[in-house]
Amino acid sequence: MSSPILITGARIIDPASGSDRTGDLFMRDGVIADAPETAPADALVVDGKGLVAAPGFIDLHTHLREPGFEDRESIETGTAAAAAGGFTTVCAMPNTSPAIDTSAVVDFITHRAREAGPVRVLAFGAVSRGRKGVELTDMEELARAGVVGFTDDGSPVATGLLMEHALLYAGELGLPVMDHCEDHSITAGLGMHEGAVASRLGLAGYPSAAEESLVARDIALLGLTGGHFHVAHVSTAGGVEMVRNAKRRGLHVTAEVTPHHLTMTDEWVLGANGPADGIAASLTLAAYDTRAKVSPPLRSRSDREALIEGLCDGTIDAVATDHAPHTFGDKATPFDEAAVGLSVLETALGSLMGLVRSGAIDLPTLVARLTLGPTSVLGERFANLASLAASTPADVVLFDPEERWTVDVSRFASKGKNTPLAGQTLQGRVRMTIAGGTIAFGEVRQ
Amino acid sequence: MQRRRHVLDLDDFSRDEITALLDSADAMRELLSRSIKKAPSLRGKVVLTLFLEPSTRTRVSFEQAGKMLSADVINISGSGSSAEKGESLLNTALTLQAMHADLIVIRSPHSGAPYFLARNLQRMGVVNAGDGRHAHPTQALLDLMTMRHHIGELEGKRVVIVGDVLHSRVARSDVFGLQALGASVVLCGPPTLIPLDLLHGSEGESLPDVNIEHDLDRAIEDADAVIALRIQQERQGAGMLPSMREYTRRWQVTEGRYRRAKPGALLMHPGPMNEGVEIASSLAHGPGSQIEEQVTNGVAVRMALLYQLLTGGQEEAAE
Amino acid sequence: MTEGRLILTGEEMRRALTRIAHEVVESNKGLDGLTLVGIRRRGVPLARRIADAIASFEDASVPVGALDINLYRDDLTSRPQPLVRPTELPSGIEGKAVVLVDDVLFTGRTIRAALNALMDLGRPRIVQLAVLVDRGHHELPIRADYVGKNVPTSLDEIVEVRVPEVDGVEEVAIVERVKAVST
Repeated sequence: MSSPILITGARIIDPASGSDRTGDLFMRDGVIADAPETAPADALVVDGKGLVAAPGFIDLHTHLREPGFEDRESIETGTAAAAAGGFTTVCAMPNTSPAIDTSAVVDFITHRAREAGPVRVLAFGAVSRGRKGVELTDMEELARAGVVGFTDDGSPVATGLLMEHALLYAGELGLPVMDHCEDHSITAGLGMHEGAVASRLGLAGYPSAAEESLVARDIALLGLTGGHFHVAHVSTAGGVEMVRNAKRRGLHVTAEVTPHHLTMTDEWVLGANGPADGIAASLTLAAYDTRAKVSPPLRSRSDREALIEGLCDGTIDAVATDHAPHTFGDKATPFDEAAVGLSVLETALGSLMGLVRSGAIDLPTLVARLTLGPTSVLGERFANLASLAASTPADVVLFDPEERWTVDVSRFASKGKNTPLAGQTLQGRVRMTIAGGTIAFGEVRQ
Repeated sequence: MQRRRHVLDLDDFSRDEITALLDSADAMRELLSRSIKKAPSLRGKVVLTLFLEPSTRTRVSFEQAGKMLSADVINISGSGSSAEKGESLLNTALTLQAMHADLIVIRSPHSGAPYFLARNLQRMGVVNAGDGRHAHPTQALLDLMTMRHHIGELEGKRVVIVGDVLHSRVARSDVFGLQALGASVVLCGPPTLIPLDLLHGSEGESLPDVNIEHDLDRAIEDADAVIALRIQQERQGAGMLPSMREYTRRWQVTEGRYRRAKPGALLMHPGPMNEGVEIASSLAHGPGSQIEEQVTNGVAVRMALLYQLLTGGQEEAAE
Repeated sequence: MTEGRLILTGEEMRRALTRIAHEVVESNKGLDGLTLVGIRRRGVPLARRIADAIASFEDASVPVGALDINLYRDDLTSRPQPLVRPTELPSGIEGKAVVLVDDVLFTGRTIRAALNALMDLGRPRIVQLAVLVDRGHHELPIRADYVGKNVPTSLDEIVEVRVPEVDGVEEVAIVERVKAVST
């Protein structure tokens, strides 16, 4: 059993209770405990002065790639990356090979996660067998094996009829259906928002309408079936508005947004940060940046503003990373041929803190969207993961909200070095991640 | 003037740079007309052409341009090459660079592929011979050269580009070149084949200062030059056009429409032309048409470009 | 105001060119098949001057061409090159007596390039060379048939022939090579 840990003098944000105070946080035997007057002799004491302590972040949307794509990521490296990013719980996406469509694959992942370390790995099961969009998986068997929801992520739930059945069946099991809302009949190409930048670059666009039409389909079905629909990585102003309206109508719909859709726009494809003059300027050699290729694509400035607004007002419940590691070769191609996705876990906090600094969101709300929001999607049984109350799991992140650091992808724990943030300076850095009372990342500075 | 290593589009060319290049191309045209069509200036230089999309016209044009200046030109085609055996474009290019080639001319179906190469190649220059629907700078230069010959300096001239603007790399590069030289551009075509941001406006427009006019009769009014773009038959299958018949009826450059342009207006087509679709047959082979001269100018412009890239040609440097 | 050390005034230049004109006609025994080819840039106006002089005393015109030698240089990649300009030979050179005209004969490399360029354009009966100034330091076995003035120079100097068409004045001067400026 690991030693007790005492964090002293930190700003402690506990979204579950809504408290935000400066003080000490004590953990022993894998759970939070009341802070003692003096540190026990066997305790590790961590000076938390100037740092923020919060429940460990929970990622609803992580591509751990194992089994099947271990050259991109493994459960071991993916959970190490999660810990480095302050995440103590990650939800593995089922677009593995084989897909997570039987209890055997769930068991495999659970087993590998236990070997890998203290970060909690939950799994989403596939909606359809082999993610082929035809037959439903054995959802009840998967639920008993421990999946926390269903999704065919990477692809949308193929047909309205399948979605209807999935919502009904999963709804009865009390689990959400997460949908990657993308109408393939509209998306001419992946990874580039339909707009002036795509036009300037001569790239086929993926219009906002392709997301919105599927969000609309799924919300309409939800009205019919009941159950719980979760919108994966919402990226458009229209999508946010539909979720807002559906929530108003009392439908059980939840949504997540990624750090990159909150902080970047399609101009990033012109080269990291985008040239100051935007598309009016000459293209540089940095143009067609495949590291900024992701699905759904980075959107327009007005979409980004709507996403931030939706996150602040609670329309969007959670920040989820959609961490999608790729190999060098997957991205070292012309833009059309490059794989979609960003390696996000290790930069999430740093980039999100930019929103706090610019006043777009306040820190307690941001922390809530990384903790309480995800547990509200996952359900009541996970509520204690977002709490710092006594006897809840000792899952804690300790971060410096001011520290400036330069993103050095060669030092990523993740195998995926694919981020347009490489070489950029971020402000806000994880110092320590404690999962189940064990230090998963960081060193003790006495 | 900073020595240019790559030619990826015309968006970073100044008016002076384009003018100097066209002047040099005029000199190259003289060389083309000789009985011995060869000068030794690029002796010992190796130019590769990597065409990942079929195009006899452009490839041969580059090859001839290189050979007339005594460069060694090596052609690599998509089929049968390592590209077809699954080697990535990056590895192919790095291999070619390691063989000490000086310049690679690339045609790719993927927008941005030349930028990708230029970013990754430290010692080899890159010339874009057409990338996806993005850019085709040498075609634009030869268009400018042809226009300059026939209608003089382009400042204030009205140029109409009609057809499939959405998928046209030629249209994009033409727009940048024409604007650098001070011409005004009208784009004309079916709404399904014009970029959406140009149709409706957006948070920034991809091609600055162009006018959109769907009605060719109106667009062509008082034009100094008309560029008809190639229409791909497969657009119809993709639901972008009702039928070729309807396209022809509405957007073909006909004798009647051509008469609405300025007297002596120039008629051009980047080729290969669908006979009787983009341009009425009688016009395509008529006196206003400079489609064949475009081909000759294509060689001259590419000679000027290769010379400039491989020797660093500059105004009045070493007398 | 002359920049550098003046070695030929405009008047002296005209006299030298007139003398060359006489020598060319005399040496070729008339104007039959004679053509003057100026090497761009300053050789071209000088060739025209010689043709004008010939016209004034022979009462007949000699064709004048312009030869651009930039595609034939031997230092192409060692330094930035001037723009290529058209070569114009209105009467052709096949079987002709060609007199190449240039402003200064220095290393001889320009003339070597001009000879190669000329040979690619046809087969002249004979090729001769006329220069306004021969400054020595030849690096190739090339000499001029007609010389306006022999001027001993050091390698640190530059001989500048100035013609109204290019420079606005007519004179020849020697200037010091500016050490710091690379060419």
